[in-house]
Amino acid sequence: MSTVTEQVNQDALPPVIDALYRKFGESEFVRQHTAEGMPTLWVGRDRLIEVLRYLKDDYKPRFEMLLDVTAIDERVRIHREGQPDSDFTVVYHLISYSGDCDIRLKVALSEDDQNIPSVISLWPAANWHEREMWDMFGINVEGHPSLRRIYTPPTWVGHPLRKDHPARATEMDRFQMSDEIQDRELGALEFNPEEWGLTRESDTSEYMFLNFGPNHPAAHGIIRFVLQLDGEYVINCVPDVGYHHRGAEKMGERQSWHTYIPYTDRIDYLGGVMNNLPYVMAVEKMAGIEVPDRVKTIRVMLAEFFRICSHLLFYGTWAVDLGQLSPLFYCFEDREKAFNIIESITGGRMHPSWFRIGGVAQDLPNGWDKLVREFVELFPKRLAEYDKLIMANTTIRQRTRGVGLMNTQDAFDWGMTGPALRATGLEWDYRKNRPYSGYENFEFDVPIAVNGDCYDRAAVRVEEMRQSCRIIKQCLENMPEGPYKSEHPLTTPPIKEKSKLDIETLIDHFLSVSWGPIMDPTEVSMTIEATKGLNMYYLINDGGSGSYRTRIRTPSFIHIQAIPFLSRGLMLADFTAVVATTDFVMADVDK
Amino acid sequence: MFSLQVGSLLNVALILGTVLVSAALLIWVERRFLGFFNDRLGPNRVGPFGILQSVADVIKLITKEDWTPPFADKLTFVVAPIIIPIVMLLSFAMIPFAPDVGIIDMNIGLLFVMAMAGLASYSAMLGGLASNNKFSLLGGLRAAGQMISYEVFMGISILGVVILSDSFSLRGIVEAQADGWYVIPQFIGFIVFMVAALAESHRWPFDLPEGEAEIISGFNTEYSGMKFGLFFVGEYIGMLLMACLIPVLFFGGWHAPFGLGFGNPIVSGLFWMAVKVGAFVIFFILVRAALARPRYDQLMSYGWLVMLPLSLINLLITGAIVLSQGS
Repeated sequence: MSTVTEQVNQDALPPVIDALYRKFGESEFVRQHTAEGMPTLWVGRDRLIEVLRYLKDDYKPRFEMLLDVTAIDERVRIHREGQPDSDFTVVYHLISYSGDCDIRLKVALSEDDQNIPSVISLWPAANWHEREMWDMFGINVEGHPSLRRIYTPPTWVGHPLRKDHPARATEMDRFQMSDEIQDRELGALEFNPEEWGLTRESDTSEYMFLNFGPNHPAAHGIIRFVLQLDGEYVINCVPDVGYHHRGAEKMGERQSWHTYIPYTDRIDYLGGVMNNLPYVMAVEKMAGIEVPDRVKTIRVMLAEFFRICSHLLFYGTWAVDLGQLSPLFYCFEDREKAFNIIESITGGRMHPSWFRIGGVAQDLPNGWDKLVREFVELFPKRLAEYDKLIMANTTIRQRTRGVGLMNTQDAFDWGMTGPALRATGLEWDYRKNRPYSGYENFEFDVPIAVNGDCYDRAAVRVEEMRQSCRIIKQCLENMPEGPYKSEHPLTTPPIKEKSKLDIETLIDHFLSVSWGPIMDPTEVSMTIEATKGLNMYYLINDGGSGSYRTRIRTPSFIHIQAIPFLSRGLMLADFTAVVATTDFVMADVDK
Repeated sequence: MFSLQVGSLLNVALILGTVLVSAALLIWVERRFLGFFNDRLGPNRVGPFGILQSVADVIKLITKEDWTPPFADKLTFVVAPIIIPIVMLLSFAMIPFAPDVGIIDMNIGLLFVMAMAGLASYSAMLGGLASNNKFSLLGGLRAAGQMISYEVFMGISILGVVILSDSFSLRGIVEAQADGWYVIPQFIGFIVFMVAALAESHRWPFDLPEGEAEIISGFNTEYSGMKFGLFFVGEYIGMLLMACLIPVLFFGGWHAPFGLGFGNPIVSGLFWMAVKVGAFVIFFILVRAALARPRYDQLMSYGWLVMLPLSLINLLITGAIVLSQGS
């Protein structure tokens, strides 16, 4: 077994840490080394806001966006060498687009004082992160405007991601629905506008509150928007999520490294194997596995197929939401073609769970190139037709141009990533700026738009499909020869032929199939440019057969938060356009 | 009594039967054509080519639970869906299908049709209000606003035809087109009327009262069973009515194009009328497959700022030309 922390050279002080040491003094911080080499600092709770403000406003390059906020229940963690004492650790992950770098800040909290100041004043996007932290860990966020549970119902007892909260029904007492419980649950459903921060009337009119969802044809999943309407004008909107919450992060703590892969497919269920990618790359980073070129290229090809599938679904449903019926069927037909290719390669369609730690499940089948070639030749022609049908349609232009405006600064504040960020004019794509899985070897453009309205968000996605098609074409023409799995001993499942030599290799094979890799304790995060935006897996390895804490940063969750900002003052029909172009997947929101 | 002349019992029975059967068939036709335009099959299981789909639908709708929500205004809720098929069917009494084929020839036929179309909007309005559901309310409000606005220039757009033919009787208008169809002198009127007709029958893309991406199903959200069926069939009879009115007003009614009439004038007239109506029905379906839905305020400003001036200018010019020629 190799120790990754020694392989990566972390002795050189990253400029941001150097600057923080000089500004605040080295004694304020404790530095931690992680497997991926991201600058990670522990900071005291009292200096947190100051440090974050400095990083956001004064430090050059600025850390414009708060990528993620989460917590770790450290109480039963064994390996914490070199880290300050902590029962609960709050983790802030900042990203700088101008400087192309990240920083992770950690704050230690003790069990008897689980309070942390809110950072909403710096980044409005922190709102839901902090609510999630309260809901999942019971960490009290001081100064938060409405610290309510976000995923679990208001009547929930306990905080699910704490280590002492049961993960299975069998760990709990038998549940019986008594009248008392039923009354309590029904009572909790009662709608009281004031609790949601909504007023009942203005000087001139009495507002109507409309439940847009949980079941609504245009809500794109089980989500509820409480709309405060004045006639047909949206005065305010409060999204209510959690109907899909199934505790994917909690499950990550119970599964082995290998058996968690199928769960990742179902996070953004339109992204398929694209979800496997950051997870397996993170585990490979910890294990020190370098995958062969063929694996990288196969992964890129399939990920791009899924990007096309996801964007096609967006494209068709967006048109339906604007009242145009036919494009949905055309898009689904193309999507079907892409799924047929995915099926013939992986055997699965929407959730193939096909990437493995150290490789992919199988080699490409014979004749795969013929199918892919047919697709890359036909698809751009179909896209050109859709341009005429949808993007050039006068009504659609009138309905979406100048609607749901957002500039780059707003996008930073609200944590918007992916096509939504690029539609505001920022040319920044993880695949281009921080290539992973061999993206540096491909020629493709990063499409951007300038206005940041609904039309632009759609236009960026349409152009991305063309670029994905270009990438797939390059995969087709330059698919490297070689193995589809790494030779590394921690590759899971290991190469079968090697198990047939003697009893020792057979035992070894048996262990790595049943337990999977055991790696030295460390932390790692891996981000990719997923279909909807930046998707990050932050894994904490405590030396077990599975993760101690799995944090999934999903783009949809954060994007939903921006919908009220985008839709205030618009009409009901515009609201549908805004919701459609936010392009979220509810499973990705609720995890 | 059973002879083939306007108003005879045979005529009434035949026309009523044909209209009702066609409306039911139209549902199937629309779904098949939409399927065709959308690269899919459409209903093809019940009977040959799925032609009996509507029969199956009717059986389903009749046997379904006919639910009236407890929070609805009972009487209005029940009456609202009945209005639309009745007024639409009454309008058909005015349509001259061929020489000697029709139910009644009123000298104010056109006004009667307009009046009935106006009443039809009560169906959506009352249905939306009586449901006591916020989505229905929004749908009902939209229906009221849209239909009242579009009726204004729908009326004005056909005044050009009335001036040219010097008649409010639909049969008179068709007969006046023996030498030339009004679509040529009244092209603007035709376009405006066509748009208004789509809006009036709240067909795509003007289906705002039930715009499902916004207000689920609008005014008929709470309706189920045969009460929903009445809204549904009323809408299709309305579509058929508009597809009949356009040929009558602008495309010479039963007159054959390019002298292609044949044999018995009644048979020939019915044939050409059917061809023209069919063409417009298919056109309506194609519009539904192709276009996107405008926003409510866009629809309104489009109506009042574009269509109304256009129809007024058309009326003014037509009037001026007719006056100068007459003097």
